[in-house]
Amino acid sequence: MKLTRILMAFVLFALIGATAFATGTKEAAPATGAAKPLRIAVVMPSSTTDMAFSQSMWQALQIIQKEMGGASALELKYSENMFIVPDAAAALRDYASQGFDIVIGHGSQYGSSIREVAPDFPETVFAWGTDVNNFGLKNVYAYTAAAEQGGYVNGVLAALLTKTGRIGVTGPVEVGDAKTYIDGFVNGVASVNKSMPISKTWTGSFSDVALMTAAAKTHIANGAGALTGSSQSVVGSIGAAKEAGNVLWFGTQADQASLAPNLTVASQVYDWTGMLRDIIANRKAGKLGGDAYILTIANGGLKIAFNPGFSIPADVKAKADAAITGIKNGTIKALP
Amino acid sequence: MMNVFSFDVLSGVLRTMIALSTPFLYAALGETFSQLSGVVNLGVDGIMLLAGFFAFYAVFLTGNVWLGLLAAMIVGLIMGLIMSLVSVTLKAQQGISGIGLQMFGLGMSSLLFKVLVGTVKTVSGFAPVKIPLLGDIPFLGPILFNNNVLVYGGFLLVPISWWILEKTTLGLKIKAVGQNPAAADSVGINVNRIRYFSVCLGAVLAGVAGASLSISIANLFQDNLTAGQGFIAVALVYFGGWSPVGVLGGALLFSLANSAQLWLQVLGINVPASLAVMLPYLLTIVVLTVAVNRGKQPAALNKQFFRGEN
Repeated sequence: MKLTRILMAFVLFALIGATAFATGTKEAAPATGAAKPLRIAVVMPSSTTDMAFSQSMWQALQIIQKEMGGASALELKYSENMFIVPDAAAALRDYASQGFDIVIGHGSQYGSSIREVAPDFPETVFAWGTDVNNFGLKNVYAYTAAAEQGGYVNGVLAALLTKTGRIGVTGPVEVGDAKTYIDGFVNGVASVNKSMPISKTWTGSFSDVALMTAAAKTHIANGAGALTGSSQSVVGSIGAAKEAGNVLWFGTQADQASLAPNLTVASQVYDWTGMLRDIIANRKAGKLGGDAYILTIANGGLKIAFNPGFSIPADVKAKADAAITGIKNGTIKALP
Repeated sequence: MMNVFSFDVLSGVLRTMIALSTPFLYAALGETFSQLSGVVNLGVDGIMLLAGFFAFYAVFLTGNVWLGLLAAMIVGLIMGLIMSLVSVTLKAQQGISGIGLQMFGLGMSSLLFKVLVGTVKTVSGFAPVKIPLLGDIPFLGPILFNNNVLVYGGFLLVPISWWILEKTTLGLKIKAVGQNPAAADSVGINVNRIRYFSVCLGAVLAGVAGASLSISIANLFQDNLTAGQGFIAVALVYFGGWSPVGVLGGALLFSLANSAQLWLQVLGINVPASLAVMLPYLLTIVVLTVAVNRGKQPAALNKQFFRGEN
């Protein structure tokens, strides 16, 4: 009797847990029609609505789907919140074995999983980032973003616009594009004013919003007039800037103006559509991998989205435009 | 650069500490009640997430922070009833049911957030309320008496919890049920009723902890907003030796270490960031090792009660 009850309860909870499990998997739209659609699956570390890294890829895929004529031409499927790498590896393998044409591991932590899974499915295209290493595999594309470029432009803007003469940077972990973005940002600030103080904090987590909020508030208490940062937890920093009411925000990865419409000056936006078009075209032509893509301002993969709700003085805007042009034609190096 | 030992920096460190400790206080004090009655609720994190979402969503829809708080408490109560039903009435393993509850909260909050809100949006949460006179005390005023209602509530909860547990019959019953349920039962205490009450009270407080994240600290909701804070709250109960004052000490120490590491970084002190981030956890482990609390653990903790059998 006791055992039955325990078992009953266990089964009940297992069912509840399984039906609404955190790592949601969703089909964007069912495939219909006679012609076989192209099938793309993506595995992401955070949610498709994170206002940052994962959202940038999911939005790009949806744009491509629309361009191709909807779900009948391109079937999309995603697994989000796959922060546990072995789970992500299993998902990548599942998608490949289900016959998806292109399988994307959207996170630098998925490299070893791609390296392990891809050789078992030589007909499937794999793509992963952010990194430039395709492990010498013929069916793997690697991709990354030259985040320092938009960082530099944001840095120039922040240095010219901060009213307190001090800037705060809130980062998650000192790796990948989170680090290069901030290195570029610091360099951009220095290009305007070498002695302007910049404080940096790393919270050690991509997802701890509360700690990120506290970090941003600490910068503000220390006199920062402008803030920036990256990762999905950065929404906490934006919230802190908004609460302070007079601290400017500079975004990256996705357009973050909607979170603080009066305080966001500009966001560096990752636009993966060009790369995705290229991978799809290559696949049609029989080339399944072997390249590494780097999003840059020059190739249109990185865009600076100026917030129309924030009026930037003409001379400051001109300097930001000059920085963009300089990075495009190579006269400005975003990293020191 | 500001002087590290200036009053401004010290005041900043303490203000951040107070803000960061609030969710831990609610969640860990609630868990103290639950554990003292003999039930380990590992679902705190899930309750915080689901309640945090509903608090955010209520404020998002109505703009009324009190409705947000109410929503969080109701969600906490429902989750507490589920936990009680499974672990007290159906007598399932507490650890497993708690983890089930945590996974349910994590998944359901993500799902509802996606369906009902779609993407990250900010709301106006509880605003700071300066307490007259006290708020003007130099140095301490801004740190202690210029916070929002949820922060005051969290700190007031410490003496209230202590009073309930040490000075009332209810407190005595809760502890009796957690120490020796059979003996409590033999003197006419309804063990299941006391456990239901304690677990539900703990869950309601975990709900308030979730609200303090989503409508007081961050003023937004995001997938997995708690980032595991509910589990830290459970650890703080052990850390505090099942006493409200001990829990307060643990919550303050952990938050102080977190606040101090942020300030170390902001001030540009030459400490590697990864080392600074480790500081709160390192400190917690050290204190846990030094302060042995095993003797204080409720004897019937994590044990189901079968009337007339044990």
